[in-house]
Amino acid sequence: MTQSVVVQVGQCGNQVGCRFWDLALREHAAVNKKGIYDEALSSFFRNVDTRSGDNGPDIYKGKICSLKARALLIDMEEGVVNEILQGPLRDVFDSKQLITDVSGSGNNWAVGHKIYGCQYRENIVDKLRKTAEHCDCLQCFFIIHSMGGGTGSGLGTFVLNLLEEEFPEVYRFVTSVYPSGEDDVITSPYNSVLAMKELNEHADCVLPIENESLFEIVNKIHQMINSGKLGSTVKQNSLVTSSAGSAKTLQEKPFDAMNNIVANLLLNLTSSARFEGSLNMDLNEISMNLVPFPRLHYLVSSLTPLYTLADVNVPSRRLDQMFSDAFSRDHQLIQADPKHSLYLACALLVRGNVQVSDLRRNIERLKPSLHFISWNQEGWKTGLCSVPPVGHSHSLLALANNTCVKPTFIGLKDRFMKLYKKKAHLHHYLQIDGMEQSCFSEAISSLSDLIEEYNELDATKGGPRIDPSRLKIAV
Amino acid sequence: MSIVTVQLGQCGNQIGQEVFSALCSDIRGTHGLCSKEENESYRESCKERFFCEEESGVPAARAVLIDMEPKVISQTLSMAASSGHWKYNSHFCQKQGSGNNWANGYCVHGPRHKEAIMELVQREAEKCDRLGGFFTIMSMAGGTGSGLGAFVTQCLRDAFPASFLLNHVIWPYGTGEVIVQNYNSVLTLSHLYHSSDALLVHENDVIHKICAQLMNIKQISFRDVNQVIAHQLGSVFQPAHTAGGGSGYSRNPLGDLLEPLVPHPEFRLLGLRNIPQMPQSSLAFSSFSWPGLLKHLRQILIAKAHMEEGIDWQVRPPQPGSSTPSTNKPLHFNTSIANLVILRGKDVHSVDLGSFQDPSLYTSWLNPQDAFSAWKTPRAFNKYEKSAALVSNSQFLLKPLDSIVGKAWNMFASKAYLHQYTKFGIQEEDFLDCFTTLEQVVSSYTNL
Repeated sequence: MTQSVVVQVGQCGNQVGCRFWDLALREHAAVNKKGIYDEALSSFFRNVDTRSGDNGPDIYKGKICSLKARALLIDMEEGVVNEILQGPLRDVFDSKQLITDVSGSGNNWAVGHKIYGCQYRENIVDKLRKTAEHCDCLQCFFIIHSMGGGTGSGLGTFVLNLLEEEFPEVYRFVTSVYPSGEDDVITSPYNSVLAMKELNEHADCVLPIENESLFEIVNKIHQMINSGKLGSTVKQNSLVTSSAGSAKTLQEKPFDAMNNIVANLLLNLTSSARFEGSLNMDLNEISMNLVPFPRLHYLVSSLTPLYTLADVNVPSRRLDQMFSDAFSRDHQLIQADPKHSLYLACALLVRGNVQVSDLRRNIERLKPSLHFISWNQEGWKTGLCSVPPVGHSHSLLALANNTCVKPTFIGLKDRFMKLYKKKAHLHHYLQIDGMEQSCFSEAISSLSDLIEEYNELDATKGGPRIDPSRLKIAV
Repeated sequence: MSIVTVQLGQCGNQIGQEVFSALCSDIRGTHGLCSKEENESYRESCKERFFCEEESGVPAARAVLIDMEPKVISQTLSMAASSGHWKYNSHFCQKQGSGNNWANGYCVHGPRHKEAIMELVQREAEKCDRLGGFFTIMSMAGGTGSGLGAFVTQCLRDAFPASFLLNHVIWPYGTGEVIVQNYNSVLTLSHLYHSSDALLVHENDVIHKICAQLMNIKQISFRDVNQVIAHQLGSVFQPAHTAGGGSGYSRNPLGDLLEPLVPHPEFRLLGLRNIPQMPQSSLAFSSFSWPGLLKHLRQILIAKAHMEEGIDWQVRPPQPGSSTPSTNKPLHFNTSIANLVILRGKDVHSVDLGSFQDPSLYTSWLNPQDAFSAWKTPRAFNKYEKSAALVSNSQFLLKPLDSIVGKAWNMFASKAYLHQYTKFGIQEEDFLDCFTTLEQVVSSYTNL
């Protein structure tokens, strides 16, 4: 069994990360009835003997003593991390896993990347190494951050670079929250495009998230609960937005519901690596199957169901509905419509009481309405994990490598150009040591190239499919 | 003679566990329908082949379990042990898995763990009084079973050059379980072709249909699929009397299987069919006649059918007498190189197998008497009063193979995913070699 380390950077990264650890504990508590520290738990948590204080030795087997998250919390302001340390999760984190400063990055990628990057480099490497040493077999780093600000975006991508240098064999999965068009941070397009270059070059897989989509999902659920149309009650802890049953007893904060969705995404992504099933899907398999060309590693994700009704019996019609929903626009975590764009590859990670025939039936049913690229007509990667998420009898995570990410990137490019043409706010960046005009031109160039790659793929799918001729054998 | 089974990867281990379970429950059953001596002899022979007597009284399967991550092996070991009737002894696992990457399995895990794995195999081989050969179980779609499996097969061939080596290979669902499955399949099949004696194939799509249409299973799980596969394998590997074998059960099961079926090294693909196949609950209400069963089995062979339902009865062998060049043969007709039929149960001695010796079924290279073999035993298998299995070296797998090669080539032409393989040491030239090998196989089988 392998371990993963979560590196949460910036305000957004830490808030999402906090929800992730909370829900992870909730999930394992539901599955692990005997309180024994097992391999599933060890993927994200250490078991520390704290009787002699925080520096106690790791316990590899036996009863759970004190669980510590395999995480690094980085923020250049203290507010968010302090709150976490005063909240119900304080015992899950080790003071040695934190890197904080006081003044923040001023929504400036260059401050995060160049100034703080340089300043904290050694400290970060040191702490990463310590975390890695506690792992028997470290497989993956998960970075959680936002793209629009300064710390998450700048320092976050600096850490990404570091991870590639120091741990080249370990996979780097990045969950990036992209700014919307109406983002209140004026310089978010600059920050995002500068960060995109780093993601293009150094990440193995990126899961882009857009707040708008999360917001719409939260609204949808509120409407559904309040409409009173449904005859049955919804199981509270089944809501993809809910913290019910977790350690958090304080009143939920505004972004909690949205952040819970992302936390659930990460839990579902790693479920098959942690728990058993009839067809396992490990993290290295996700990267292998969904990334046909190195730079095209942006995966659109969707989670279903968003909630479960309290009835016990789930007829298979509802199961099929779950599969259909995964491909609907409403369930995507970015503003995209994969159904009307081109699929390069698609992965379905199913949890719970679902068998291979259900999977096959639904793939057959949905295939005709989806467009797959000519060389990957049957491009499905499937996984079956026996353990469902809390509150559900089954669930589905769909990951699509689809050209529908293009509009998101084009939007980003357009907003960037709008500012850049006027050189608006540029001086805030260029005055930073190490920043030059070329950083900007290279970054926008990298993004343009990426968009062009997607364009080419979209263009080729239109033509008739001519299978390349096979090798001929002399008879 | 004993057979050492090597279970590779998730698929190999899940199926292997069902196979030993099926073998064990078959010999413990009281539905043998034969004399007490026959039953005793059958039981002893099966035990010698597949199990090793232990001091604890619980027989240990003659098997080595191999996987690059721990979850499946851990489950497999405990499922076996929980039966109380048998268990596993030898296993090797690692922590990280192969990531569905054939190159990772073959180029990295293989060499790295060769010594440890071969030591386990050697130990199992030494426990056998007489080693009858190796049987490996693997899928070709993933990373471990396929890549590491190909590497281990080569090691087995190098370490035991005189032993029989049969690979049981699972072909994935056509509509995709793993996106790079066609690459992994092409790499696996071409490599196995160079080191193995033969490839005994099961296709997930075919077994799935059997589960749906014959077994009437509504929500088919991989467990269901694996149990059908285990039943089919059991019907081949449980003891039987060969034609010239004297009164005892065959003591060389792999040799008896491979020698007649694989007369030419270019033709190593073996398909497997079994009749009848039905839910256990229906067994008591069904009865069959041998002529009926064999008529269906023969047509399954001729028409390349997958099971006893949906057979195309219009397909006929070419007219006897005239030497028909392959281009003139009826399109859907399945030309055979060699066939083996295994009959188990009531009244086997009186069965007439002449229809399978019809020369029009076969190529002209071998005498029909040599092209066809039959094994029999009055001891019924797995509660089926009468059952027949067919192991065939014919054009059964031609179309599926051609399809896999075609899809893989299509993807290769676009260069998609190649960086994942070159990263671990498999280059484009290696792919080209594999494509060449398989196009040759496709061509050979097409021109039968």
